[in-house]
Amino acid sequence: MSDIEARPAGVVPIMRIGATLLVALQGEIDDTTVLQVESQLTAEVARTHATGVLLDVSGLSIVDSFIARVIARIVAMVRLLGSEAVVVGIQPAVAITLVEMGVPMGHLDTALNAEQGMVLLRRLRRADVDQSRRL
Amino acid sequence: MSIKADGSELAPARVVALVDSEADLIHVRQLLRAEAVRAGLGLVDQTKLVTAGSELARNILVYATGSRGEVTVERASDGERQGVRAAFSDEGPGIEDVEAAMRDGFSTRGSLGLGLPGSKRLVDELTITSAKGSGTRVTIVKWRR
Repeated sequence: MSDIEARPAGVVPIMRIGATLLVALQGEIDDTTVLQVESQLTAEVARTHATGVLLDVSGLSIVDSFIARVIARIVAMVRLLGSEAVVVGIQPAVAITLVEMGVPMGHLDTALNAEQGMVLLRRLRRADVDQSRRL
Repeated sequence: MSIKADGSELAPARVVALVDSEADLIHVRQLLRAEAVRAGLGLVDQTKLVTAGSELARNILVYATGSRGEVTVERASDGERQGVRAAFSDEGPGIEDVEAAMRDGFSTRGSLGLGLPGSKRLVDELTITSAKGSGTRVTIVKWRR
């Protein structure tokens, strides 16, 4: 495997940069597409042994409770696989809407943009290593 | 999906869209967004309206008989204020207990139970007309601030 890899096979392309997978959800997204991303991404984490996933949602102008629930589920699945996931780029209007609606998203690791998301991923991985050393 | 616009081409007074598939959710979001922009709603209010509409249109797919219903989007005006009104109606089984359905966390389908109460928090007005066996009609209004 080379260091950078793009696999356009599925509906939404998943990029691999080193040990990190990057997925960007964009535009008018339907339920089927979100669910396909969920299964594709978990399969890719297992296949590539990625230690981190960046889920970029900056291209989504609305996130309803269904889409939000699948995003939260993707993060939970990625963690179960032993990897870390960070959701980046939630639009301010979307954040306001989700909080007002009462969708539970507070437990997710989030960052303003992909760059800060990478920094956060590095920190989460380091915390993981520290913890396993202590055990 | 069929669309009937019974107004002029430039500013349709009222748009009716049939909802019977997942793809129609996207169309409903687009209709609401377009009308919200025309009515002069700010970005946050547009987003809230479109999100509430997405929840309510999805309710049609999940709960209505034959997973089909109708969404009407129109300009709202009360003389002073401008806004958007949208109605989501179906011929489904109806809501047995409207009060319970408006409670956070109440669901008969294993969802988060945020659809109705969550949508209510996103708009200025939300009214439900429903009875067991006679369908459901949910109307929402979002005013320009």
